[in-house]
Formats: sequence, C-alpha cells, structure tokens
Amino acid sequence: MSEHGLDNERLIWMFTQMLRIREFEERVKRTFEEHPGVMRGHTHLADGAEASIVGSVAALRPDDQLLTTYRCHGYPLVLGTDPKAMMAEIYGRETGLCKGYGGSMHLTDVERGFLGTSGIVGQGIPHATGAAYAAQIRGKSQVVLSFFGDGASKQGAFHESLNIASLWKLPIVFVMENNSYNVVTRVEQEDANAAAGEPLAVKAQAYSMPGITVDGGDPVAVYGQVSAAVERARSGDGPTLVESTVYRLSAHGNIIAPPGVPLHFPEHEAIEIFGAPEEYEAAKRGDPVPRFRARLVTDGTLSAEEADEIAEAARVEMEEAVAFGLESPFPAPESAVNYVYA
Amino acid sequence: MAREIPYIAAIGEAIHQEMERDDTVLYFGQNLATHDDDPFLQAFGSDRVRVTPISETAEIGMAIGAAFAGYRPVVQLYMAEFMLVAMDQVVNEAPRFHYMTGGQVKVPIVLQAGYGFTAGWAGQHTGSIYGMFLGVPGLKVAVPSTPADAKGLMTASIRDDNPVVFFHHYLLTLEHGDVPEGEHVVPLGEAAVPREGTDVTIVAIGWMVGKALAAAEQLAAEGVSAEVIDPRTLVPLDTATILDSVEKTGRLVVVDQSTRHGSAAAVIAAEVASEGFSSLRAPIELVTALDATIPYSEPMEAYLLPDEAKIVGAVQKVLGFAPVAA
Repeated sequence: MSEHGLDNERLIWMFTQMLRIREFEERVKRTFEEHPGVMRGHTHLADGAEASIVGSVAALRPDDQLLTTYRCHGYPLVLGTDPKAMMAEIYGRETGLCKGYGGSMHLTDVERGFLGTSGIVGQGIPHATGAAYAAQIRGKSQVVLSFFGDGASKQGAFHESLNIASLWKLPIVFVMENNSYNVVTRVEQEDANAAAGEPLAVKAQAYSMPGITVDGGDPVAVYGQVSAAVERARSGDGPTLVESTVYRLSAHGNIIAPPGVPLHFPEHEAIEIFGAPEEYEAAKRGDPVPRFRARLVTDGTLSAEEADEIAEAARVEMEEAVAFGLESPFPAPESAVNYVYA
Repeated sequence: MAREIPYIAAIGEAIHQEMERDDTVLYFGQNLATHDDDPFLQAFGSDRVRVTPISETAEIGMAIGAAFAGYRPVVQLYMAEFMLVAMDQVVNEAPRFHYMTGGQVKVPIVLQAGYGFTAGWAGQHTGSIYGMFLGVPGLKVAVPSTPADAKGLMTASIRDDNPVVFFHHYLLTLEHGDVPEGEHVVPLGEAAVPREGTDVTIVAIGWMVGKALAAAEQLAAEGVSAEVIDPRTLVPLDTATILDSVEKTGRLVVVDQSTRHGSAAAVIAAEVASEGFSSLRAPIELVTALDATIPYSEPMEAYLLPDEAKIVGAVQKVLGFAPVAA
C-alpha cells in the first residue's frame, strides 16, 4: 500500500501508535477499579479517536507544534513522550510529566512541540493560533495543529481565532474531532449546521478557508487530508478546518462524585442518557483499531502474528507505565508553592 | 537625561525601546498601526506590529500562545473593561500555565489597559477594576501614577517572565513629567515614597497618588506631617515599605479609586491589620469610591469618588481631631 506516500513501515508505525493509545487509555480506565483512589478529579479518554489522532500527528514535521484539549492522552504518545511520565502525572506523582501540577487534563511536553492544554472548552484554540503567529514571524515554515471537539465550535474563541488565522494566513490546521456529543448533549441539539443536516466543516466558509470532513476512523484518510492542509499552511496559503468524525468509546469522562464514592467510567451517553444501545454497538463494530488491523492483515502489510506481537508489546509497555506510576513518590507538599511565578 | 513628556508617551517610549532591544517583543491590538506611516510599523514591520479585529479572547489568547512559542507580546487593549470580555484568558489561562506544566512554559505577556476614565464615560468605561486581578496567583498588576514610573514599569513588565496587567490611568494620559531618556526600569514590587512624613501614612493607588499629595500639602499647612506611599504595583505588593511607614507614623489611610469591597485598599488594610497591628494607634481609614456604578452626570460622579477633601477628612479622623467629611 502506498496511499498518500505511506510505506509499509509507516503504516505499521501508525497501527502501533493506535494500539499504544488504546492500551494506555485502557490502563487509565482500569486504574479506577484496580487501584481506587490513585486517580483524582476528572479524566477524559481518547478511545475511539486513535485513528484521527495518529493520522493527524503523522502529518507533522518534528519541529511542528500542537495544542490540544483536556482529552489529551493520545497526542504525546505519538510524539514520543514517555508513557511512564504520563501515567505518573495522571497519578499525581513527582516523576510526572508536569511534576504532579497538571494531571490528566493538562499534559504538556514542550520539548516535543506539545505546547499546552487548556482545560476550558475552546480556549486553547487562540493559544494555538498565537503559536502559529509566532511560527509565521519565525519564518522557518513550521505548522501548528489545533485540536478541539465539536462542542468548542460554539465558543467565541473558535470563531475569533478562525477569522484571524484566515485573515493573517497563519500556518495552522484546525482539527475538529466531532464525536457528536458535548458531554451529554447531542450535536444536533446545539449546532445549527448539524440541526440543518450539514457537516460542521461548513463553518469554514464563514472565514473563507477550506473546510473538509473526513472519516476519523480511518488513519490513512485522516493523514491524507491533514497532510494536504499542513502543506497548504506550510506554503503560506493559510489555515484549513478539518472535521474528523470520531466516536468516543467511553463516556465523556469518569463519574463526577464527592469523595467516598469510587470514581469510575459510566456507560456511553448513547446508552446511559439516550437509551440507544444500538448506536453504541454500531460504533463498537466500527472500532478503528480492529478495523485498521484487519485492513493491514488483509492487504498483507502485516501478518496476524506480527499484529499480535505489536499488541503484546503495547500491553507490556503500558503495564510498566502503571507500575512506574504506582511506585513513584508524591511531590513534597511544600512544592505546591513553586512555579506560581516564573 | 530626563525631559518632560506625557505619561502616555512614556509608555509608548518604553514599548518602542524594548522592541528595539529585543526582537521577540510584539505589539498588537485593535485600531493600532492601521496606516503605513505608523511609527511602530515603520520601525518594526508588520510581523511584529499588527492591528487585530475586535476579538479580545483571540488577542489575549494568541498572546499566550505566542508566549508559549518564545515571544513577548504586548497587547494594547485600550480600556480595561474590554479585558472582561476575555476574562478566562486573563484569569484562568495566562497565569495558570507555568504552574500547571510544572514550569515547562512561561507566559511573558503584557496587557496594556486604561482605567478609571471618570470624565463622563458613565457606567461601563470608568471602572478601576484592578482589584479583580489581585486574587489570581501568577498574574502581576502594575498601576503607574507618574510618567517616569509609567515608562519604568512598562519596561519591567515587558522583561518580566510572567503575565502582567499594566493599568494606566486615562486621566493621567496627558500629564507631563520628567522621564529618563534611555533605558529606565522600575522593578515590579518596589513602592515609591513621593512624600515623607511622621504623623500619618497615606497609601494611594494610581490617580489617587496626586490627590493624596495635594491633601498632604494642605495638611502640612495645618501642621500635620503626612507620608505618601505609592505601591506602584499591587502584585507584587511592597508590604514592607508600608509596614515600615506605619511603624513610624502609627496611622494609616488607604486611598483607592475603586469601590470598597474586594478592593486593593481592603487588601492593604488587611495586611497592615495582620502584620502591623501593634504599630497602629488608630483604626485604619479607607477612602474609596462608594459602592455604586459610576454615573454619567458630573455632580453624582464627583460624589462617588475619593477627592482631596475626603482624604484630608480621613487623616483628621485617624489623628482624632475631626469627623470625616461626608
């Protein structure tokens, strides 16, 4: 297979990253049951969005940059961030990526171009736009990816940023992961375009930039569209809005409960709120991870045994991340007053 | 060498000099540099100087993102209230990231915001809203009262590695004063003592410094020796200078153009009550705006605001020889 110039090695790499994200998120989810009390607050998982994440990040050059939302575990894994440091951060340990100051919603790895994650819906979009402005001034043809969800496109921050990015022809690609839900609100309940039966990518027309919709369950298709948008941005032609349709396979986040009630992930909102288990079952049947595996095995890119070996390696790697996190020390309480000012 | 220039020109000079000194300093905002003959545009080009749409969330958010990527943006916001449109970016984005990332990123941005335009601008363009930003760890707050401090504090704000809200007072815009020509830095967190005295300490903020000095002059004629302190920055707050002064005078009056509750004046009073209680020989007096929206009509506007007579009355009260004027 050489679609979009992806050779077998790259395709296998993409499959490997998808599995690593899935395994990492499985471990996060399982920690709630196997190690109650180890994780605090709110955690948002990327299972179901692996193909979209990997296909998008694969389109970047090493010196490009990205900013994401609080559903942020997948991207750094693809960039090469150590999952041990990520899990330790989610467990609030001193060895964590952000030394325990940020937690699940604020993973950041500046060395790898992952500049930061706002936990407030839509508010990271202008940060990414500002980083793209910086890239334009620096003049080294770097590109910034801005990841956000469908819900964020109802925020002023989204509209203000797209306007300026297009006006200034900034080197940025806006990747909207449309998972059809804003927490427990369906997209057609809150989005005029969706209610009218249109894709959310039509919002790009208001800002005179290309807007395209891609099957976010297909990493190769995502790679193709995002690569084209990245090249457009890199060549100075300005931004693109890429709507990547995904289905998150977990609920919006773990249950929000007062201390004493064990934290856990509820069923997906399609089941829990809307009584539509068939929607969820259909999404499970289209799960992008087995779907991509089947494709690679069928076309001979990968043997079933090789695919199993990759899965096994990912399992071992993420189990080690859990063990590292659990063994790591907590930060000294008095370090809570560090980093208030630079 | 110093020469007299207006307060607003001193701020512009600081930005210009810092842009010359450091290529990473950017300057953008609404209605800024719309003509090719703009001096900033001519000196630094359209990469570093840009007019933006009326999009405060994007302007401030983009400053944060550019700061992540190594730049030092100054955002011209004109009126402080326009920041309220983008309160999340100011309060819950800019000051959080250095901390949340365990020190991985810095956010060296300056938000240039004019305030206190009590000259008939009515309810929404006249607030002295700096008090809202005091309870936000990670933010710094500058409130210059003279042209020289305006230049020195802007220079320090641009060089600081943290987000700084730089509040300049609209009614000081054309006030002239001696300003050093070359590099001039006033460190953030160092109060000034524009008048020394022994009987009472008057801490005054921004535009109120001039009123406090005028009141002190009037009090001197009555034989009262008032010390006037200008904190210059509210975060960091130079409590040591204030406490030292109160230790000497035993009496404190705090003058603040903002409304009283949740004000900088209340914070300063709390610091002194907590750390300098044994020095106090009288209750602390606060001279602030009355707790109301600023009205349009002039007599009502004047009624709400602190003035020289109210400051004199408060000093007389803490000295124990007269009731406070209404």
